[in-house]
Amino acid sequence: MNLEAIKAIYKFEMARTFRTPLQSLISPVISTSLYFVVFGAAIGSRITEIEGVSYGAFILPGLIMLMILTQSVANGSFGIYFPKFLGTIYELLSAPVSSFETVVGYVGAAATKSIILGVLVLATAWFFVPIRIDHPFWMLAFLVLTAITFSLVGFIIGIWAKGMEQLQTVPLLIITPLTFLGGTFYSLSVLPPFWQAVSLFNPVVYLISGFRWAFYGIADVDISISVAATLGFLAICLAIVSWMFRTGYRLKS
Amino acid sequence: MPDAVITIADLSKTYASGFAALKHVSLEIERGEILALLGPNGAGKTTLISIVCGIVTPSDGTVTVGGHDIVRDYRNSRKMIGLVPQELTTDAFETVWATVSHSRGLFGKKPNPEHIEKVLRELSLWDKKDSKIMQLSGGMKRRVMIAKALSHEPEVLFLDEPTAGVDVELRKDMWAMIRRLRAAGTTIILTTHYIAEAEEMADRIGIIQHGELVLVEEKAELMRKLGKKQLTLTLQERLEALPEALKPYALELAADGESLVYTYDAQAERSGISGLLADLGSAGVRFRDLRTSESSLEDIFVSLVRDAS
Repeated sequence: MNLEAIKAIYKFEMARTFRTPLQSLISPVISTSLYFVVFGAAIGSRITEIEGVSYGAFILPGLIMLMILTQSVANGSFGIYFPKFLGTIYELLSAPVSSFETVVGYVGAAATKSIILGVLVLATAWFFVPIRIDHPFWMLAFLVLTAITFSLVGFIIGIWAKGMEQLQTVPLLIITPLTFLGGTFYSLSVLPPFWQAVSLFNPVVYLISGFRWAFYGIADVDISISVAATLGFLAICLAIVSWMFRTGYRLKS
Repeated sequence: MPDAVITIADLSKTYASGFAALKHVSLEIERGEILALLGPNGAGKTTLISIVCGIVTPSDGTVTVGGHDIVRDYRNSRKMIGLVPQELTTDAFETVWATVSHSRGLFGKKPNPEHIEKVLRELSLWDKKDSKIMQLSGGMKRRVMIAKALSHEPEVLFLDEPTAGVDVELRKDMWAMIRRLRAAGTTIILTTHYIAEAEEMADRIGIIQHGELVLVEEKAELMRKLGKKQLTLTLQERLEALPEALKPYALELAADGESLVYTYDAQAERSGISGLLADLGSAGVRFRDLRTSESSLEDIFVSLVRDAS
């Protein structure tokens, strides 16, 4: 195991984050906090409690997930796309680094950053809405697993993308809509039966439902299904990444 | 070969597009030598280097570095190699120090600030160590790429067109650096377009053409074997045609009829010069001036590449 290489990649990626704190840390926290202010305080006061939870508190887990998903994908994809774009990837390819070590370094750094952001948003939310965490262990587990899984998704997109447009397309056209329709702002039970059934095809539903359960003990789908789905997505992403490295897909000719 | 550090056996590469970039190349590179690979653009030099370094997957054949197979035992083979690619590809926002230290880590070596300092000083980068790479000039960026390649103390250094687009001063610095590295036992493989560079630096020369290794030869041997000497005589009076008596010398009469060129083998027992001069006298051809010239590596290269295509 080339631990020095993992450390080098991780440090390099984290340095990238902290070099631009405004863009990487402050702005995601501010934009997510705006949701509390607008939806939680302004609109939330006109919406009744959902299953005993105030609306502002109800949307918090979904908002954190929204941010974790978009930030993980953005970080994971940029970290590997940029060297490809600049050409500096030659060094990684010529280094005695296994694909596993590469993934641990890049995805580990992208996930770390998302987790830091998640904790920052959670801390910020404390000032605005009444929060309780019924299952702290599961809350952390969902946070970490989702951050890792979607950093892997980002990593896959970063390798796949041939241009900036493709890099932006997946987050904007797939991840964000899925999150908005995944029950961030509502409980699935408010939907007509047909749309409830459709929603179950949205993978993000399981993540948000499980994460919200960890906070308030309320869920749209059974918690065991959420856990299984989260682990399932992780496994799928790992399988795709290992296939990419085995075949040298869009990395090596 | 007594001590080959790199053994390339029957290596071929056909890209997905169907382009055969390398065809059955076999080559042994001796420990501690400087090997220059010459060849026109697109001949396969960079593909060859990229395969040895692990950037391109070979279609067929094997390569070992220090006895380690580059596919099965890539960790050990790659640890031995430093690569300076042709394109100037660097990060932009990192400092020189950070990027060079990062490279060392990637190659699995524990941090060693003394070594990094030594490399940066040797490349005249020490006073730029805290500068962001994007603030550096092109020549300085080239130095940074060399520093990265040397950060993990490689035993084999690949330089792909190291002096393309660099000024005279930097080129001389690089040549000096290459000599220092060789004196320290590093094996160096360089590709170049500047044949003067190969002539100046290399112990051996390999010529690649259309994906094939046309020849590999000690430089001195190559120059001796394929080099020609020419004697040019500037005539006092124009000559319309060569006198019959001079036919055996295969002289070339210039189009303007004012000079004669005699090509001979300087290594041969008899060059035939004295006979030629005597016969010129008896044929009444008088000359104003004479000079000899020796073919350079460039002439040899050009004629080889022309013959091969």
